[in-house]
Amino acid sequence: MLAGLLDGLFNGISIGAVLLIAALGLAIVFGLMGVINMAHGELMMLGAYTTFVVQNGFKQLGEQWLGTYIFFALPLAFLVAAVMGLILERGVIRYLYGRPLETLLATWGVSLILQQFVRSLNWVLLIGLTVFSLLFFGALWMLSRRQDIDRIRNWVVAVMLPLSLGIALATGAFLGQTYKLAVTQPWFGAQNVDVTAPKWMQEGLPILGFQLPYTRLFIIGLTILCVAGVYLFLQRSAWGLRIRSVTQNRSMSACLGIPTAKVDALTFAIGSGLAGVAGCAVSLLGSVGPNTGQNYIVNTFMVVVVGGVGKLVGSIVAAIAIGTADYLIGSGTLALLLTPVKPLADLFTFFATTSMSKVMVFALIIAFLQVRPGGIFPQKGRSVDA
Amino acid sequence: MARQFGRRKFLIYGCATFGTSILLKACSGGQPTATTESPAATGSSATSVASGSTDTIKVGILHSLSGTMAISEKSVVDAEQLAIEEINAAGGVLGKKIEALVEDGNSDWPTFAEKAKKLIDQDKVVTIFGCWTSASRKAVLPVFEEKKHMLWYPVQYEGQECSQNIFYTGAAPNQQIEPSVDWLLQNKGKEFFLVGSDYVFPRTANTIIKAQLEAKGGKTVGEDYLPLGNTEVTAIITKIKAALPNGGVIYNTLNGDSNVAFFKQLKGAGLGPDKYPSMSVSIAEEEVKAIGKDYLKGHYAAWNYFQTVDTPANKKFVEAFKKKYGQERVTNDPMEAAYIMVYLWKQAVEKAKTTDIEAVRKAAIGQTFDAPEGQVTLGNNHHISKFVRIGEVADDGLFKIVYSTDKAVEPIPWNQYVAETKGYSCDWSDPKKGGKYKTT
Repeated sequence: MLAGLLDGLFNGISIGAVLLIAALGLAIVFGLMGVINMAHGELMMLGAYTTFVVQNGFKQLGEQWLGTYIFFALPLAFLVAAVMGLILERGVIRYLYGRPLETLLATWGVSLILQQFVRSLNWVLLIGLTVFSLLFFGALWMLSRRQDIDRIRNWVVAVMLPLSLGIALATGAFLGQTYKLAVTQPWFGAQNVDVTAPKWMQEGLPILGFQLPYTRLFIIGLTILCVAGVYLFLQRSAWGLRIRSVTQNRSMSACLGIPTAKVDALTFAIGSGLAGVAGCAVSLLGSVGPNTGQNYIVNTFMVVVVGGVGKLVGSIVAAIAIGTADYLIGSGTLALLLTPVKPLADLFTFFATTSMSKVMVFALIIAFLQVRPGGIFPQKGRSVDA
Repeated sequence: MARQFGRRKFLIYGCATFGTSILLKACSGGQPTATTESPAATGSSATSVASGSTDTIKVGILHSLSGTMAISEKSVVDAEQLAIEEINAAGGVLGKKIEALVEDGNSDWPTFAEKAKKLIDQDKVVTIFGCWTSASRKAVLPVFEEKKHMLWYPVQYEGQECSQNIFYTGAAPNQQIEPSVDWLLQNKGKEFFLVGSDYVFPRTANTIIKAQLEAKGGKTVGEDYLPLGNTEVTAIITKIKAALPNGGVIYNTLNGDSNVAFFKQLKGAGLGPDKYPSMSVSIAEEEVKAIGKDYLKGHYAAWNYFQTVDTPANKKFVEAFKKKYGQERVTNDPMEAAYIMVYLWKQAVEKAKTTDIEAVRKAAIGQTFDAPEGQVTLGNNHHISKFVRIGEVADDGLFKIVYSTDKAVEPIPWNQYVAETKGYSCDWSDPKKGGKYKTT
């Protein structure tokens, strides 16, 4: 009985930890900044693909290194997703602050672009894109130092765009013709790729007749680490203070000399980076493919909304609560516990399949949000209206 | 000033998007999959069809190239294009080259129906090769019946269907599921736990398995279904442990991403193939690669074809495929079925000496082909006879064949274990019998 209870508790927490680590980045991006980032799942996917690339790199190095690849993959996944987040923020989202509908559509579009990008990424595409951005943005950057840039910008764009495009296309076509399959073959393709956890992580820790999978333990540890890191960063560092002040009152912070644009970019990059870490973590449990992100996006929004937008602690409680509820209902544990009460037990037995437990959890969430629309920890005070 | 600013921005972004899209398109155009015989069909107008139809024969390829199912369907398209290329290289059909028009069903079933209509009405193709999921097949079925057209379907499916307008070259349940259950009962144990994705194929398949287990003295100790794309399987693993405390057979009809999560977490929970052998019907060579062979080693899969099948036709097929698409690519069962169906269609056209759909449909029945899996015959129920094999995942990620039927198994589309269809059969060679008639 004790073992069963412990097993249930551990499983609930481990499902919650996956939810939480996936939602943590969104809790910052959506919770603190108010940006509805539909591409959050795709940033996770980029993290997962980074893990795949690092793993393959370590395979080349040899067997003795393979066990440690995950520790290199984590920071790299953070970095890749953060850079992509930075590009996304600078390129798209900063023009759309305060316009949630447009943000939603734009980031959804970005998510589709990213999905197709990993499907068709090959040397030709990569080199073509690099050549194009070097030529086009390089020219813009060089000319931007001229005095009369505003006057000639139209002409620069009109000349440079077709020119750099032409060069990029020609380079791509030339490479494709010369090296054929070697450069035109997609790196990853539409198929899922395999991320295999290091050998020591594939088994589990046997306790009291059941087994705690090491991957789950690792993810729980990683989640705790990330939450602690985010908390310390926001509460104890100078940039954290700036982030909090900007999210509370943007114009006042700007008046006081805080570079709000920089703060926005940094916040978004950190949120995206956390998505990358989450992607690395879930690649140990689930599949890695272009659609990986879509499997998590709904759950992450659910966690943030139930927890209360803008509160990290809310996301933590919500993730654990949803994870545990999902497990207890889906595995039939609740039905077993309620055996004495016949009608309730029957009800929960009906919901004790994985797909039906989702129905039940969602129904409970809807009911909960009817009672408390602000989530578990609603925001209070003047910042709510801002 | 403000207006000019807006116009300038518009110009910049307009150019940028236009440019990027051209760039992307050009790059994807360079890929080997979109070879010259398959221009992106979207642009072809009615006039080009009229002029083109004189020297080429147009066929449609309708699969998901984007969305969840793209993972699996992309490689089937590759196999179909390989077959078409081989046929063209050998002189084509009736002296004409085959031109394949590829349409993307986008993993969305209404889109499949729309694209099927487009291929039939607008592009005037003479046949369509396509679909993967049963849901997409069910979505296009009314289109093909209304237009009296022809679909070739290459994937193993749950049976319980026999349309005049479809040729099924994948396995019917009696050519995959039923023999594998028999094999498990003989070799691995009597207690089964059924896991599947939550849609039509796993649910129908599990109904059949349950009926079969009951008839043969096995026992179903539990079943559970995961929503498609779900990767949280902790609850299912708990249930398996509770239902089979001393080990037993897991029969797995999960599809797509859930498989990866299932096997990764199964190993983490300590449920290995020694005590909990699993039989999968949706895991082939491609999937083994995507899941990771470490997780799958020792588990079983039931198919009609594995890359390791030892026939001369298969050696040729694997070699040609690797040469065209790269050495690290693998071949699998649906790809082989897709490869077969293009050839069967070609033979039917050659026998009928026309591409007229009715004539080809008649000529197709009775065609035999020396397929990579062995010699197969297209029966009068529009399904083909197939060899049944069971493979165990080996160290190299390919399958070690542990069981194989010595001759091709005849297809039975209407299941004989399920009460509603017991005693029914299908025969399109006799107009009085049709798709579902009662045998006595």
